[in-house]
Amino acid sequence: MRVGLFIPCYVDQFYPQVGIATLRLLEKFGCEVVYPPGQTCCGQPMANSGFGHLTQGCNDLFIKNFSSFDYIVAPSGSCVLHIKEHLHGEDDGAAAKIRGKIYELVEFLTDVLKVRQLDAEFPHKVGLHQSCHGQRGLKLAQMSELMEPPFSKPESLLKLVKGIELVELDRKDECCGFGGTFCVTEEAVSVKMGKDRVADHLHHGAEYITAADMSCLMHLEGILHRQKSKIQIKHIAEILNGGGDERK
Amino acid sequence: MAVGMSENKKDHAALADEFNKDEPRVDWHDQTLWWIRQKRDKAAHQVPDWELLRDTASGIKDNVLSNLSGYLQQFETAAIANGVTVHWAADAMEHNEIILSILRKQGVGQMVKSKSMLTEECHLNEFLHKNGVEVVDTDLGERVVQLAGEPPSHIVLPCIHKKKEEIGEIFHEHLGTPAGNADPQFLTHAARLHLREKFLTRRVALTGVNFAVAETGEFVVCTNEGNADMGAHLADVHIACMGIEKLIPQRRHLGVFLRLLTRSATGQPITTYSSHFRRPRPGQEMHIVLVDNGRSTHLGRKDFRSSLKCIRCAACFNTCPVYRRSGGHSYHTAVAGPIGSILSPNLDMKKYADLPFASTLCGSCSNVCPVKIDIHEQLYKWRQVIVQEGYAPVGKKVAMQAMNWVLSHPAVYHTAGRTGRWVMAHVPFTVNNGLNAWYKQRDMPPPPATSFGEWYKKNRRGHE
Repeated sequence: MRVGLFIPCYVDQFYPQVGIATLRLLEKFGCEVVYPPGQTCCGQPMANSGFGHLTQGCNDLFIKNFSSFDYIVAPSGSCVLHIKEHLHGEDDGAAAKIRGKIYELVEFLTDVLKVRQLDAEFPHKVGLHQSCHGQRGLKLAQMSELMEPPFSKPESLLKLVKGIELVELDRKDECCGFGGTFCVTEEAVSVKMGKDRVADHLHHGAEYITAADMSCLMHLEGILHRQKSKIQIKHIAEILNGGGDERK
Repeated sequence: MAVGMSENKKDHAALADEFNKDEPRVDWHDQTLWWIRQKRDKAAHQVPDWELLRDTASGIKDNVLSNLSGYLQQFETAAIANGVTVHWAADAMEHNEIILSILRKQGVGQMVKSKSMLTEECHLNEFLHKNGVEVVDTDLGERVVQLAGEPPSHIVLPCIHKKKEEIGEIFHEHLGTPAGNADPQFLTHAARLHLREKFLTRRVALTGVNFAVAETGEFVVCTNEGNADMGAHLADVHIACMGIEKLIPQRRHLGVFLRLLTRSATGQPITTYSSHFRRPRPGQEMHIVLVDNGRSTHLGRKDFRSSLKCIRCAACFNTCPVYRRSGGHSYHTAVAGPIGSILSPNLDMKKYADLPFASTLCGSCSNVCPVKIDIHEQLYKWRQVIVQEGYAPVGKKVAMQAMNWVLSHPAVYHTAGRTGRWVMAHVPFTVNNGLNAWYKQRDMPPPPATSFGEWYKKNRRGHE
């Protein structure tokens, strides 16, 4: 199984350890993983700002980089959702194929690799932040608004990790307020939303906040750091891969 | 970085920034509305087929929108047969003129009015005031904001932004209640006495319409206070104003909507008063004003027409993490919140260009919507339209074109990335000049020594 690894731009630049953990995790389960070096971004920052018409360059690049794989996997629900909903090309057949075979890491582990056990240990109290695009867009977990049976793919995977204690939150799927360029254009509300999310995790004794989307965690980390909080952030790939420092 | 700011007018971001200056108040506002969202969840959980009910309501409204002209004519015919006078208003001005002409014909300069967001949308009160007519809003929350000289901040809970102490002060000033008395029961009683006198002396009453039934020509008005009934039953003339999208085909469809409306709105199983009006009582005049005001234009917008399915429950307000933390007035429009942000640009794209951007696109609004409007997807689509129609600020356009250029050229991107990280490590104060709103209350992570791409090249070259 040849898997094309898509590492979103801000993960590539600011959180290489998340890319490394994703790569190692997929390799542990026998995938042949290739990172096409010419990749940049899914185009979402521009599209969500209303400039979707400018993203054809990103789209063409994405199609060129990822057409040849059986699957494409990325450690970001938001970027994957964007590709699934908005990737188009001159040859839309190639774009359609990609839209159908791109997976967010958690759903790939759960639905394609059918991971039922993990060799990982993380003896800490962890709060799971449900990133909206992964949850409501890719349906990684049941949404609190709907009157439907509960399930959670990220939670099920985290429960396979030895020693982990998941904390309950008051608002289990409230948005963190990152929202792409919203984080700067609507700075006051964005920060307030982030502070409130952090407070919920703090109130329930979390030592770590994890999520399937690094952008939410970057925003929450920015607030935690400014507050000189002891709470740390870890992408779910890092915890599922053992929780150590991936750069060592 | 303000989006779509017009001259001398503050946009959502600026107004939300002001609202956030008082953080304890933001917490209070957020928690009050979250409590209502939780009540909604509990009420919805008690209906075994809630999701089926939403599907059904959505389907009925789709049918209405696809056959609107037919249902409108059917409704008009039935209403006229019932002895009701039917008026058609193309826009807000025509609507206001029609109301004024009815009042003039009666020779009255006063009127009571129950909750009607349509009359807010048409700015009826200001219009009538300029023409010497005094309007008394009889919904308690609306009366509070009317006395305070403010617009409603929420379509179901008009004065949700006011604390009870502030309402006590307003009543002290306008109704003569004792200073410092903020007891809700006492204040409600004072309002009741004040309004009773108005009900007994006004000869014309205006109400909104929640649902109008095409087959029978009747309409239903839902209130928790009975103020619509009190007004309509005591007045010689009852005027009901409705947007043309308020129709449902048959009476039996009411069951679907009445079960959804108040559970979604406040978590009550049903409104206290769901009043059915069909024909004027002997000696009474009944008027229905059917208002377009941009709705047919909206109906012609393929991507946005389904927002006309809205039944004004405000569930999307209560669940919206942005609304809860920015307050209704930050939307500077009659219908605030997520649904207002997709309805308002249809009325005035320039004035409301900021609203579709006042969202993180989290999607919670679409999930609570009882008629399944894809609100967050329409927010995204409005952003595209607003930019393409030229209502995005120039600075943003330049920044986006630059970003696009870098991201379309891998070689440039990789250089920019390395430079960016070097800058972060060595010259922190020069970082992200255009985006430094990030740094007001947040930090960035410590810069890594290598990007993932660089690490991969060094460690996994064999794979390439």
